[in-house]
Amino acid sequence: MLKILKYSFYDLMRSRWSYVYFAFYLLLGVVLLFLNNDLSKAVITLMNVIIVLVPLIGTIFGVMYYYNSKEFTELLLAQPIKRSSIFLGQYLGVALSLSMSLILGLGLPFIFYGLFKSTAIWDFSLLLITGTFLTLIFTALAFNIALSNENKIKGFGYAILMWLFLGIIYDGIFLMSLIIFEDYPLDKLSLIGTMLNPIDLSRTLILLKLDISALLGYTGAVFKQFFGTSFGLIISFVMLVLWVVFPLLRILYKAKRKDF
Amino acid sequence: MKKIVLFLAVILMAYSSYAQKIEVCNTCPISTLKKAIAVAKDYDTIFVNKGTYKEHSIIVDKPLTIIGKNYPVIDGEKKGEIITVTSDYVTVDGLFIINVGTSYTADYAAIRIKRSKHFTVRNLVLEKLFFGIYLERSSYGKIYHNKIVGDAVQEYNSGNGIQLWYSNNIVIEHNYIEHVRDGIYLEFSDNCLIKNNVSEQNIRYGLHFMFSNDDEYRDNTFGNNGAGVAVMFSKKIKMYNNIFRENWGTASYGLLLKEINDADIVGNTFEENTIGINIEGSNRIVYKNNNFTNNGWAVKVRGACYTNSFLENNFLYNSFDISYNSNVNDNVFNKNYWSNYTGYDLDKDGIGDVPYRPVKLFSYIVNRTPETIILLRSLFIDIIDFSEKVSPVFTPDNLLDNNPLMKKNVW
Amino acid sequence: MVSIENLHKAFGKNQVLSGVDLSIKEGGIFAVLGPNGSGKTTMIKSILGMVIPNKGTITIQGHNIKNASNYRQHIDYLPQIANFPSNLKVKELIKMIKDLRGKTTEDERLIQLFKLEPFLDKKLGTLSGGTKQKVNLVLTFMFNSPLVILDEPTSGLDPISLIRLKDLIQAEKAKGKTILITSHIMSFVEEISDEIVFILEGKIYFKGSVSELKTKTNQPDFEHAIASILTENHA
Repeated sequence: MLKILKYSFYDLMRSRWSYVYFAFYLLLGVVLLFLNNDLSKAVITLMNVIIVLVPLIGTIFGVMYYYNSKEFTELLLAQPIKRSSIFLGQYLGVALSLSMSLILGLGLPFIFYGLFKSTAIWDFSLLLITGTFLTLIFTALAFNIALSNENKIKGFGYAILMWLFLGIIYDGIFLMSLIIFEDYPLDKLSLIGTMLNPIDLSRTLILLKLDISALLGYTGAVFKQFFGTSFGLIISFVMLVLWVVFPLLRILYKAKRKDF
Repeated sequence: MKKIVLFLAVILMAYSSYAQKIEVCNTCPISTLKKAIAVAKDYDTIFVNKGTYKEHSIIVDKPLTIIGKNYPVIDGEKKGEIITVTSDYVTVDGLFIINVGTSYTADYAAIRIKRSKHFTVRNLVLEKLFFGIYLERSSYGKIYHNKIVGDAVQEYNSGNGIQLWYSNNIVIEHNYIEHVRDGIYLEFSDNCLIKNNVSEQNIRYGLHFMFSNDDEYRDNTFGNNGAGVAVMFSKKIKMYNNIFRENWGTASYGLLLKEINDADIVGNTFEENTIGINIEGSNRIVYKNNNFTNNGWAVKVRGACYTNSFLENNFLYNSFDISYNSNVNDNVFNKNYWSNYTGYDLDKDGIGDVPYRPVKLFSYIVNRTPETIILLRSLFIDIIDFSEKVSPVFTPDNLLDNNPLMKKNVW
Repeated sequence: MVSIENLHKAFGKNQVLSGVDLSIKEGGIFAVLGPNGSGKTTMIKSILGMVIPNKGTITIQGHNIKNASNYRQHIDYLPQIANFPSNLKVKELIKMIKDLRGKTTEDERLIQLFKLEPFLDKKLGTLSGGTKQKVNLVLTFMFNSPLVILDEPTSGLDPISLIRLKDLIQAEKAKGKTILITSHIMSFVEEISDEIVFILEGKIYFKGSVSELKTKTNQPDFEHAIASILTENHA
């Protein structure tokens, strides 16, 4: 698997898209920090960007890579290599090169700016960790979609739709249902609703850091336990890990049964 | 007439210079504070040496100066009030007072000043207390450099650190108070100055005003209290350069204003509170040059507020800047800096060319259905906030800062 | 060497293989023939584990290949369409496959044989179809595996390369290898194969030598023999 990972990774590192992605984050970091000169504001803007763009890029990149490397995959399938190694290797190749672009692209300007001396280092690290998780999750979801759809156009369509759904539509439905059922105790429901969407989950994780003062204004005991203690942080991380693990398991399951 | 005054002054000076010094120690002939007070004459000084004195209900009924050397311990053994001052011109200094009795019917204090004037309470350390320093119909006194550490858990069986009741012209300075019910509590007390105190981790308020007018508090720090400062039913309170931080919880405010008129709130910092300032029924208040940083809600206005003006404040990274559930009335927002402002300044005069709307639609939604707070900063919420900004439907459309600054206010 | 029992495979509603039974002994060249869509490639891909059968067992050198991958160490496979990652160089691709499968020194000889030296530093995406097929051949023959599977090996080759390919196949046979070939070029098949496996509608229709096929169909030559099978069955 490591060999496949190595080749996928090299392959991606040479494609110009990784550089575009890297350059985009680098530019974003530089613009936010050096034109704005306000670390706290930069972190908040970054959060918005990470929550929206990282999943989008992970999704598109994952689908694109899968379809583009079909030949490579077929070449590998005739070699004495396990299928699980091939797909895990390719998945990790994409996910890690994306994560690296993200971490380096954002990290470099921040380090340059003097992050290590700043108090925002925790907020910032949390942002990067969540960004990495989102990359892992959405690349895995994209691979799932691509594995299940031979048709490239269809695959892309579903992938974009998934992003649109998890990024925006889900929250709309979520908000509506909370308002409609406002007469009932909703704190458990709202937390569960958050757990079921990796974007919301990551957002909550960041809220725990940036908006804890506002979150603690709500009366519900479940909320209070969730946000007031490290319980929320732990649960959120566990859920994020699960969000990586389950799509991965499905990749393995699908890959084992697929004909090429 | 002048001669008589001079004569009296000389007599007084002579008298005081002849004032005796009385030593108290565990092995001295005078081994208790009570005995020392009994033998002392007016204006004597009693020195209490290091040691432990198991005494309570000590009544200081003549003008004395009581000074502890190396913090002698006065242990009340939880039997009731420890020191009660009933005379003018009393100074209590340098004692370590512990174990005040707890009662549901009497407000036992570590030290109570009762109907006295011109007293000084300083350098005391109070622990295991019910009430700490209790002023009752006393005035023109000073309370400074005291450290009050309580162990309060619940409101109903705990007392306040420093309590003023019908006591005017008091100066409270450089005290450190924690873990009591209210750090400092003023009721019917006017013209007091509260300065440079730290009041933290109290279960109710760091500082609490009730029916008290013309008071001023400045340069204090209120952190981690049930709520920072509550000002209720009072007039003309001046609040300058205080720090209110990390007051977290459902009913937690940095500052709670209820039925307050004509107050000045200038130069304060509100940091990481669930609600920075909560305002109810308060009129003619000037909020100027305050920093609101990382609060859940910087300002929550709950109705019946008139002629409040928010001028030249900084609103930085609050989850919500303003929440408003009434009409705008004649309240004004002008020349504030809002970190959430996204407008532009084409004419480069430092003032944004489009007005800022500090009330978001989402804040309105959260008021209605509190659980929706979990969707804070979601892209969907940003979209509906944006559409509301473009054409206000739910939020008051005349609630605007017409001159939002492009850069932080510096003062 | 290879034995297939009751192999079934359907893609959706399209039943491609329906009960293939085939056993191929060690050594010799076997040509798998059949009309388009008869299931030749599907069968070969099943042997390689790229297509997962619905039913049936495949054993290679006595081992069931289900859920296994290591047996492919003993197979050299030439895919039908030479699709390679387009931004890799020829040299890198060869190096990579060597890295994945193990050491060999055959590659240099093969590169010389097919005159690929000028293309080594070119990216695979820029190569012509024929050149790609040559690279494909190098990759296939550079390992010394007992089973060689060639899916349409002649496509896109110039006459000289074709001759070299035939020599190569004969040389491999001489080493005692088992070689499975699919091809549409009847003359090539007739010339090279020891035995013919004819697949029709998802089943083995005929297995035997070219002369046996001629006798069976009463046709004087190989091409006509094949044609007669097809017309009989479609008439």
